[in-house]
Amino acid sequence: MDTIEGKMQSQVSRRHFLVGTAAAGAGLTIGCVIGPSVLGTASEAFAANNYSPTMLYTISPAGIVTVHVNKSEMGQHVGTALAQEIAEELEVDWKNMRLDYPDFTAFFTGGSLSILSTFMGACQAGAAGRMALLDAGAKELGVTPSDVHAEKGWVIAKGGKKISYAQLVASGKVDKVYKDDELKKIAIKKGGYKILGKPLLALDIPAKTNGRALFGIDYFVDNMVYGKIVRPPVRIGAKPKKTGDKDAIDDSEAKKIPGYLSYVAMPDPLGVNTYYVIALANNFPTAIKAARAIKVDWDLGPNANVSSDDILQRAKELVADPNAGGLYWLIGDPKKAYDAAPVKIDAEYVTPLASHVPIEPMNAVAFFDKGTLHLYSGSQLQAAHQPMLAAATGLKPAQVVIHQMYLGGGFGRRLDDDDVMIPAALAAKAIGRPVKIIYTRDEDLRNDFYRSITYQRLRAGLDTKGNVLALRHDVCMASSAQRAAPALLTPSKDKGNKYKVDSSSMSGSDSWYGIPNYAARDITNDLGQRATPPGFLRSVSTAWTFFALESFLDELARKTGKSPVQLRLALLTAEGPNAGSVPMSVGGADRIAAVIKKAAKETDFEKKHGRLGSGRGIGLAATTHFRDTPTWTCGIAEVAVDKSSGEIKVEHFTTAIDLGLPVNTDGALSQCEGGTLFGLSLAMYEQATMHNGLLDQTNFDTYTPIRMAQVPEVTIHILANGHTPVGVGEPAVTVVAPAISNAVYDAVGIRLRHLPFTPDKVKALLKS
Amino acid sequence: MRILTINGFTHVVDMPDDTPLLWVIRENLKMTGTKFGCGAGLCGACTVHLNGVAVRSCQTSLEEAAGQEITTIEGLDPAGQHPVQRAWIAEQVPQCGYCQSGQIMQAASLLQKNPNPSDAEIIAAMNGNLCRCATYIRIKKAIKRAAVEMRRV
Repeated sequence: MDTIEGKMQSQVSRRHFLVGTAAAGAGLTIGCVIGPSVLGTASEAFAANNYSPTMLYTISPAGIVTVHVNKSEMGQHVGTALAQEIAEELEVDWKNMRLDYPDFTAFFTGGSLSILSTFMGACQAGAAGRMALLDAGAKELGVTPSDVHAEKGWVIAKGGKKISYAQLVASGKVDKVYKDDELKKIAIKKGGYKILGKPLLALDIPAKTNGRALFGIDYFVDNMVYGKIVRPPVRIGAKPKKTGDKDAIDDSEAKKIPGYLSYVAMPDPLGVNTYYVIALANNFPTAIKAARAIKVDWDLGPNANVSSDDILQRAKELVADPNAGGLYWLIGDPKKAYDAAPVKIDAEYVTPLASHVPIEPMNAVAFFDKGTLHLYSGSQLQAAHQPMLAAATGLKPAQVVIHQMYLGGGFGRRLDDDDVMIPAALAAKAIGRPVKIIYTRDEDLRNDFYRSITYQRLRAGLDTKGNVLALRHDVCMASSAQRAAPALLTPSKDKGNKYKVDSSSMSGSDSWYGIPNYAARDITNDLGQRATPPGFLRSVSTAWTFFALESFLDELARKTGKSPVQLRLALLTAEGPNAGSVPMSVGGADRIAAVIKKAAKETDFEKKHGRLGSGRGIGLAATTHFRDTPTWTCGIAEVAVDKSSGEIKVEHFTTAIDLGLPVNTDGALSQCEGGTLFGLSLAMYEQATMHNGLLDQTNFDTYTPIRMAQVPEVTIHILANGHTPVGVGEPAVTVVAPAISNAVYDAVGIRLRHLPFTPDKVKALLKS
Repeated sequence: MRILTINGFTHVVDMPDDTPLLWVIRENLKMTGTKFGCGAGLCGACTVHLNGVAVRSCQTSLEEAAGQEITTIEGLDPAGQHPVQRAWIAEQVPQCGYCQSGQIMQAASLLQKNPNPSDAEIIAAMNGNLCRCATYIRIKKAIKRAAVEMRRV
């Protein structure tokens, strides 16, 4: 896995478990230590704090088990899922499970990777705790370990003598270190679950119904001031002009506002943004007024004239250049096979700028206390932001603590929340007081790290019977990894290190279809890279690569007279590179074939396709998000198109999704429902445009995510086959746009290749 | 100086008259269940009740709110057991949860006026409340569940 999580996981392979007492009276803690051999007992290690163990869970002397959630909670109820994994193996009563969210630990939450990457470790940690308690319990009961078993928080001996986990914890006698080789021997259950795979109520939900859940924006500290950033009229690249040797910033009008304190101004030392002018006041409404009153004479920089149309135009030029970019994926000789093919079909697809718009706008509180920088901000990437904040403020990473708060929506936006933590920290440092910065909605929209504009060209070479001999997929976009995580870039197949490719921009173009000559080309859009700048939006590349690929396969099916189902099934043979591997992709292409069959059967697809008539149609799309950690997904849209207004009404959306082992079936369903509607929102309703280097849209009147009136009937079929759990936060997003595009073709014979599917585009295509 | 009555308690607030009620509730009174989302009455995250009716607190000034009966999510039910809140848990509505105070206050106001809303009436009442996690399917189910419970009482 070429992901941040993958790198962390490879470290975790050298881990040890400690089962011991962290502090007197604190209960029994099960921790995970990464690194070389642990000496001494677990309790000594915890007490000395020599090993910075990652605390996984603690059992109190009252028998309450608290899971220390090392993933950000942004609506996926990840803590509940982790608790289910631990409780299943630890063998405790579910009603005794609790969650807490520790201060900074080196983690990352995204990519739908939380469950699949932590499943084995969490289950083993639960099992390790159970085994240590069984050993200690057997000793206390005076029997051999083979004569005891665990049940709902009790160690029970043959004949019925028993002792509770609570009593054992209170005794302080449980102490065990599991070293590498012992850890490998810990077997976990393969079935017969009591807690895993059940639709248990999420532990974080009650606090989200009574106002008690605390998000980053809800944090207050004594002596705090409020900051509002004065924004230049371009997204990135502007800084104040100089008046003499001073920045051209005039706050004389702001000084007339009661409650205005001062402003601070500085460049971003890390280049996350360009320059900050921050109005400070004793409350936020006053900070907003003051920011408006401060006049800055901006040097607008290199992006002052860039528009979204310019970025798209640049993409078209780049895709036409055969020497641009580098190959991300290569099987066979696609160019030769395409050139020689008797039938050639080409098409281009476009996705616009899109914004995350979490309903909680970006915000952060920063303050310094005894040489430590404290940050309160909902974050998805503490692992990277701790060292960045240290670098920005001249501290060591260990002197920066990012406290966990609930995220009022992540969707990938809060992988880049260093953009608000850095100015908050710099302002707090400058004035020596705690500072809270909140983005207003226009600021949040206009200072996002956007889903890139993408321009994709697909070229297929076919034989005269309609078999696909070659497929060439060019993807031109701005690369989030190039901007924010260059370590994730990998050498291209044709140019090696001279051109590195970005899996977060390309994943999906490496599909599981068995095409003998198959290439995908990664082409960075230099203008988009500079001016937008790009970020990670829920499901990232698989929402655009599969929009193009799955729409294109529908085009091929139409032109070759094949059914969209049969065309796909013929390409899905679980052999060669598509055979799959244990554990993540066991079954390979057979599993994507299975969800296609399931969705087609449930919707009567073959009977309806091409036969609904009177402006109604049905369309199918299948995706695997991502290739190395695939969630096998098929979506089917049923639509009605009003030819006079151009309105598309999605009447019913059906998704079949293979999750292996869904850890919480209702949580998984909730993610699929939300993901489907998120995908529908991107397909139909969301479009950002840029003029003169700045987004045109400023609020939810012009940037318009889906609302309740636009919700179709949604049916989700979860396939649970007991294979390793896979991700569920994003995959449902990816099937929606291509399924709708294909359904619209089935309904009225027009091919929508440009998101979003607005009535004006439908009408224009119907006319032509 | 203005006097606000929120959840039955009286507060004296010294802020400019044009200060949005939202910020008074959040920053001066530190009641953080009411959320900031758009500042323009377009998302509904800041919804509170003014004399029992749902309003956007970001569009209500301190001056307008003074002397009225204001209810926030914290005061909808002292134990968080309003039928709408119970239905929200039973249907497992919230994902990130940020917009849900506003959704719940909007739904409670709807059911107060209309104890048996149709699908169309639910949509008409709720369409101004955005949920970026798109929990709309469950919001609709929870409103129907709460309506049944409230009619039974």
